Amino acid sequence: MTIAIGAPQQGNAQDAAAVPEGRRRFQPVKGWGHWAAYAGITALIIYCLAPFYWMLVTSLRRPTDTFDTALVPSPPSLQNFVDVFDPKNNFAVALGNSVIVSGITTVLVLIIGTFAAYALARLEFRGKNLSLGIIIATSMFPGIAMVIPLFKLFTDIGWINTYQAMILPAMSFALPLAVWNLTAFFRQMPSELEQAAMIDGCTQGQAFRLVILPLAAPGVFTTAIIVFVAAWNEYIIALTMTNRADIRTATVAVTFFTGTTGRDVPTGTIMAAGIILTVPLVIMVLIFQRRIVAGLTAGGVKS
Amino acid sequence: MTTVQAPAQSKPPPVLNKAVDNRQQGRLARLLLSPTMLVLLIVIGYPILAGTYQSLFSQNQGVDESGFVVQGDQFVGLDNYTAIFSGESGARFWNAFYNTTYFTVVTVTLELILGVAMALIMNRAFRSKGLIRASILIPWAIPTVVSALLWRWIFDANGIANDLLGTQVLWSTDGPQAQWAVIIADVWKTSPFIGLLVLAGLQVIPSEVYEAARVDGANALRQFWSITLPLVKPALLVAVLFRILDGLRMFDLPFVLVGQGKPSVETVSILAFLENSNVRYGPAAAYAVILFIYIVIVAYAFVRLLGADVMGDAKQKMSRPAGRRRLRTVAKGDMP
Repeated sequence: MTIAIGAPQQGNAQDAAAVPEGRRRFQPVKGWGHWAAYAGITALIIYCLAPFYWMLVTSLRRPTDTFDTALVPSPPSLQNFVDVFDPKNNFAVALGNSVIVSGITTVLVLIIGTFAAYALARLEFRGKNLSLGIIIATSMFPGIAMVIPLFKLFTDIGWINTYQAMILPAMSFALPLAVWNLTAFFRQMPSELEQAAMIDGCTQGQAFRLVILPLAAPGVFTTAIIVFVAAWNEYIIALTMTNRADIRTATVAVTFFTGTTGRDVPTGTIMAAGIILTVPLVIMVLIFQRRIVAGLTAGGVKS
Repeated sequence: MTTVQAPAQSKPPPVLNKAVDNRQQGRLARLLLSPTMLVLLIVIGYPILAGTYQSLFSQNQGVDESGFVVQGDQFVGLDNYTAIFSGESGARFWNAFYNTTYFTVVTVTLELILGVAMALIMNRAFRSKGLIRASILIPWAIPTVVSALLWRWIFDANGIANDLLGTQVLWSTDGPQAQWAVIIADVWKTSPFIGLLVLAGLQVIPSEVYEAARVDGANALRQFWSITLPLVKPALLVAVLFRILDGLRMFDLPFVLVGQGKPSVETVSILAFLENSNVRYGPAAAYAVILFIYIVIVAYAFVRLLGADVMGDAKQKMSRPAGRRRLRTVAKGDMP
């Protein structure tokens, strides 16, 4: 089996290198292993998508059909999506809060992070490795160890149930992520660009602003997506720092959904909310998948 | 800012430029880094100090010996810590500590195996790459809370998992099955991400290496063990380190998927959170401090024992474009 799987790989390696007409010559290599590869890919796609599909299917059933196990909802219904926005769930407000918190976090982190990343990628100074080390180390800090003292602080200064009580702590994970990603992007750009600009009379700052930043825009954009996804998914900070329904973010609000009767879990509504929470991210993933993958792998290994 | 930039405008001759340039870069770098460092000081530095301080106090609201109502913080030294390691709360802590470690070891192992398998599969896909990439990013993009709710529904007593397996397991009640529900949900969400990282490592291995191995008569398994694995090892080690640290602070998934007050899935993070919600700030902070120390020890041991070079890649890249010898020696000198 291992040999069978190995064989087409070598064929493929040559395939990739060969010119298009050369490609055809290697077609006969196709064999048992080829189909094994297809089976593997199919299994991989099903593995990734099946749970998501189940969420989608459940959300599209009528609330009375929630426990149905058919693979296609019959009859399909949007009632769950209507129920999500029932005033008692406060979900629309929560979505707005999520947009505000993750949006502001992303913007702030990108501005601050771009400066830091430029210094780390392009300038020479004492303590550079130390700074880089500190930034990496902070990303390992457990959320709970940050939330508990900050909760007490924010209680004392009356910040509980405010946006800043969620935005500032969120920067603890978003900022190292952004700096790390942006540093990787800035490094990929040839330093000749700035040198040329500086020979033409730019200062280092101008070279950065006028030459590097516009060219790094795709990298900054990718970092923005990755940071936004991380901020959008945040839970423990928003859960700790709020106790009113009108200030909760969507990830927290969705865990507070209640059914019509006390013990009833409104599964269909929750699944619909899950779809609404995920779909913007899925759309971003579909449009920018190539960039996101490049960003995730170039910027290191943080989720 | 303008004062910092001013000297460069009066272009000195190139030789002199060097020293001025270095000093100026140092100043600019400090200026550019200060906002980041300030934020990290507030959101990381302050909690470390305040949390340690807080863990030495207790919030008793009771009556003291002479009958006065005592309210507010009282210095108790290491009492919160000794309480954690003894008696009933000791049992609860060790259970949470065990769960945290158990979840981390099992999920990271499974994610590693599945991630490498996924990477090998993806590496051989030459068609429908977009579809594969998009599907593999979906578990990553789904918020952990949503994924926890989704898996809670899948593992519902009348849910699809029991339906497909033909069983009647009460997954989300307490017990080993609840632990497995958490493990399965975590592995589903994270192994594609590991797969992506390993794939990036695989794709930089030149095909000549494999060709040479084939000429030497190495079979596929041998190629995997002797070429693929050693060459992706650096990327893999760093990924595993970050996954381990993520696992040790696990909170959302067991908290939402199974719920609070379930001993079989209570992690140290959950324990600290619940103590905090019960206004027992001192013990909560003590739990958080212990978790932090545990994470630091694990990270240190991992870097030391397995040589995960967290910063190595960055340093290497850093010295190349700059191309200055001084930096390279510095980078080598202080490498752990």
